[in-house]
Amino acid sequence: MFVINCPYCGVREQSEFKAGGEAHIVRPKQPTELSDDQWAEYLFMRKNIKGVQFERWIHTHGCRKWFNMVRDTSNDEIKAVYKMGEKPPIE
Amino acid sequence: MIKNLRVKTSKFIDETYKISFKFNGKTYYGFKGDTLASALLVNDIHLVGRSFKYHRPRGIMTAGSEEPNAIVQLHNNSSRTEPNVRATEIEIYEGLEATSQNCWPSVNFDIGGINNFLSPILPAGFYYKTFMWPASFWEKYEYFIRKSAGLGKSPTEADPDIYEHKYIHCDVLIIGAGISGIMAAKTSAKNGFKTLLVDEKHYLGGSTIYQNSEHFKINNQVSNSWLEKEINEIKKIENLEIKTRTSIAAFHGYNFLLARENLTDHLPLDQRNNKTRHKLLKIRAKKVITATGSLERPLIFDNNDRPGILLCSAINKYANLFGVACGEKNILFTNNDTAYETAINLFQKGIRVEAIIDNREEIDSNLIRNTEKHNIKIYKGFTVVNTSGYKRINKVSIMQLSKDGQKVVGPKISIPCDCLGISGGWTPAVHLFTQSGGKLKFRDEDQVFIPDTYSSDQISIGSCNGDFTLDEILIDLPKTLKKFLNLKKTDYENLEIKSSFNKSKRNIWLLPSDKPIGKTKPFVDFQNDATAKDIKLALREGFRSIEHVKRYTTTGMGTDQGKLGNMHALGIISETSNSKMGELGTTTFRPPYTPLTFGTIVGRNVGEYFDVFRKTPIHEWHVQNKAKFENVGQWKRAWYYPKDNETMYDAVQRESKAARDSAGILDASTLGKIDIQGTDASEFLNRVYTNAWSKLAIGKCRYGLMLNDDGMVYDDGVTTRLDENHYIMTTTTGGAATVLGKLEDYLQTEWPELDVYLTSVTDHYATVSVCGPNSKKIVSKVIPSLDLSDENFPHMSFKNTKIDKIKCRVMRISFTGEHSYEINIQANYGESIWKKCMEAGKEFNITPYGTETMHLLRAEKGFIIVGQDTDATVTPIDLQMDWIVSKKKYDFIGKRSLYRSDTIREDRKQLVGLLTDNPDEVLEEGAQIVADVNKSPIEMLGHVTSSYFSPNLKKSIALGVVKGGKKMMGQRLIIPMENKKINVTVADPVFLDKENKRLNA
Ligand SMILES: [Zn+2]
Repeated sequence: MFVINCPYCGVREQSEFKAGGEAHIVRPKQPTELSDDQWAEYLFMRKNIKGVQFERWIHTHGCRKWFNMVRDTSNDEIKAVYKMGEKPPIE
Repeated sequence: MIKNLRVKTSKFIDETYKISFKFNGKTYYGFKGDTLASALLVNDIHLVGRSFKYHRPRGIMTAGSEEPNAIVQLHNNSSRTEPNVRATEIEIYEGLEATSQNCWPSVNFDIGGINNFLSPILPAGFYYKTFMWPASFWEKYEYFIRKSAGLGKSPTEADPDIYEHKYIHCDVLIIGAGISGIMAAKTSAKNGFKTLLVDEKHYLGGSTIYQNSEHFKINNQVSNSWLEKEINEIKKIENLEIKTRTSIAAFHGYNFLLARENLTDHLPLDQRNNKTRHKLLKIRAKKVITATGSLERPLIFDNNDRPGILLCSAINKYANLFGVACGEKNILFTNNDTAYETAINLFQKGIRVEAIIDNREEIDSNLIRNTEKHNIKIYKGFTVVNTSGYKRINKVSIMQLSKDGQKVVGPKISIPCDCLGISGGWTPAVHLFTQSGGKLKFRDEDQVFIPDTYSSDQISIGSCNGDFTLDEILIDLPKTLKKFLNLKKTDYENLEIKSSFNKSKRNIWLLPSDKPIGKTKPFVDFQNDATAKDIKLALREGFRSIEHVKRYTTTGMGTDQGKLGNMHALGIISETSNSKMGELGTTTFRPPYTPLTFGTIVGRNVGEYFDVFRKTPIHEWHVQNKAKFENVGQWKRAWYYPKDNETMYDAVQRESKAARDSAGILDASTLGKIDIQGTDASEFLNRVYTNAWSKLAIGKCRYGLMLNDDGMVYDDGVTTRLDENHYIMTTTTGGAATVLGKLEDYLQTEWPELDVYLTSVTDHYATVSVCGPNSKKIVSKVIPSLDLSDENFPHMSFKNTKIDKIKCRVMRISFTGEHSYEINIQANYGESIWKKCMEAGKEFNITPYGTETMHLLRAEKGFIIVGQDTDATVTPIDLQMDWIVSKKKYDFIGKRSLYRSDTIREDRKQLVGLLTDNPDEVLEEGAQIVADVNKSPIEMLGHVTSSYFSPNLKKSIALGVVKGGKKMMGQRLIIPMENKKINVTVADPVFLDKENKRLNA
């Protein structure tokens, strides 16, 4: 079980959080102008990386805020956490 | 004749404290400090169980948690009964009753033993191969397999014991209180670290604490007395907590560990009441030091499983720690120096050692020379090729090994004995290390896996790190600890060490025999009866991966997880397939390291605390009025209110009729309520619902349908505009939390520019829904000040009002199709308003109804229930609810998906009404719908989603989803059931009051 450093609350147990899939997928501003393929790309396609992955997490049993996390899925090392809207601190 | 094999007083055994216990119905005696195994051995009992597959007689093999054979059932037929308890771990107590497992009718005469003679036809994979075909026979096979197999019996009564969970945070956790663990604990605690030391045994000091030999000395003191002083010292250190009888079950990432602290299993039964039996400790440590020691390896040769064959280290421990001789004529068989340490100890206690068989040819060490001085015969370069004795070993046959160790040569020599000690060297206990995500490396020189890279802030020390001898451990440890804990100095600099152990070992995974392998039984996994022959067979049949071989042969899959034989399995695979050990990898060591009881896992979360439930403010009234409840999400909702032994069907018919004929009342408090405020609240609703919200007037209500971005229906409910920038949204009961989560997600991550605030107020309000033609009269009695005229208070509108000075919100909305009102009031007034409505409605026969009647009434009107009539594959168009999807709005969640190539298909499953030919025939929800039963395979067109007998229409009605259903109005379809076919006609899903006249009645 991880220890996660919520950008709003500080260090907490993983059991207070929920994962929310891949980060930095922006909902298209004009969905009506997209082809089926383009819309499907946004809607269905997600990476499942073994290695460094950018993810969304929410502090469900805490501040209820969404934030981003950079995690190495091969060893669960959390490399960074940062607020929504912020640029990833690492590449 | 009853023997007493207690040979010497041990300070770990309290001979003034005699304990009686029963084994297989017979009473025996031991002393405080004995385990069940040592107490049985004192009584010369080795045979304690039968093996799993061949039912071969099996005896105590080890003195620890790795025991594969000596597993017993405790307190059979009582509520405290427990299977698979290792006799080597359980401390005896007054009242202990243990019985053998895997044998019927008794351990001495077991019918299943015939499997042993059938074993040529019971090879690896036998169960898979034989019992899979024909599939229809499986049920019959299963009955017999389950009867003759199975490890112990589970209890049939509730567990009377108490269990607890506890969180512990510490700077340094040390696992294992052997010599390395003790030294680490002292170093850590003395330097200010908050330290926790745990050990699975009830004493500290590991195996060194009974290593009472001139051959092993520290600073010129015999190793055990040196360690004893250290132990006495650490007991006084303040920030060191020591937990004995505590075993680590799991080592997860981020140094999170689970441990079981055993508090009462060693107490007499009458002293256990009202005490916590086990504590599950959830430990979060900044640093972890693993000092779990090592396990001795057996040797793999023909018939290496007889009662009376034990690990050398176990014989040594029984003699030194418990003062028990495992046999009177002992033979030791080894490939390393361990047997000599044992031999000298036995000799000093007056226990006879007939011979040592050492597969090494040229060997020399202090230990060996000393052994020779005691006139113990040593057969150098020999191996055991067979043993005999059915229920107890009585003879070993030995032969000389060829130079390359591949075969045996020369004459066969037989030596009588009653006990055989075996030692194949040592395997570091790396199980917890690998659980934590650590990676192993293979050390070729002594053929062991040792820790290589760590996944968290931790180290392994002592023999679990591959440092087996006293000098290796003590020389490295101070350096390692200084580096890990960032210290300048320890108490252990420049220790003077004497260790006579020579590290040489001749590793032969499968010892050669004079017989072909097919005629031998060299056991690798003792509990699951997997032999070297089985492993070779698996390889011959094409299995390559160690994980596959494991499953095919069941090696390592018992309750002991193959702690003894896994390395040999790997070794045999590697030799047979000509691959390198280091490249084969190991099987995964999964938690728990030793089995946990269910009680420990659930702790206090039993009975009513197993799963928390939510009650509405009116719950007690429902209970008093004999409501039956159903679980909806976490809620207990009133399901129906049976009167005078009514069946559910009768109660629902009565309630449904009353609601339409006069008045019904429903507790709707469980519906999710989300308070929405902010200057962009209207815009926000426009984006999350399919219909338009900007023009909704203040004081009006509107039904909304919420989709996911994939276009599928997600939730529905009525939202009311309370003010310019203030709405209250209702959601389905089960969807409340996820809807709020989804809305928050969009607000925080996609539309942070919107000025909108969401607050869950579900628990803040009680909601009482009064419906039916007389609802208006009832509500006017309860709230006389409120003008209920259709002009002032039309359908789909809301009023702020007061009942006896208490503010409340009344909505005129309807889920039944009847004229109806929902009164929302501060939760603590809920029951009182409910009672007021009941009182006011008395003259109108107001009838409380539950969720079942609610479902029936809405089905009559063709209203959907999200999650019942929809799953995650239904669009609003599929529901024939095109009217609610705005064409004008530029975007809303799910809009784009409504014209994907897949969602515009005309043959999608669409919601329709279904009427049976026979009006009394009620369809089963979930039943398949077909058009042609003669087609093969029959094409499934859809299924029934809701079905009831309508007391108001006096006929059966149903909703269902059917492929292309929209265009099938009036068409005849078939519902094939197990013993009949039901004919139905596709109909409009609105069965009652299509013109909505009743809303304003
Ligand atoms: Zn937080």
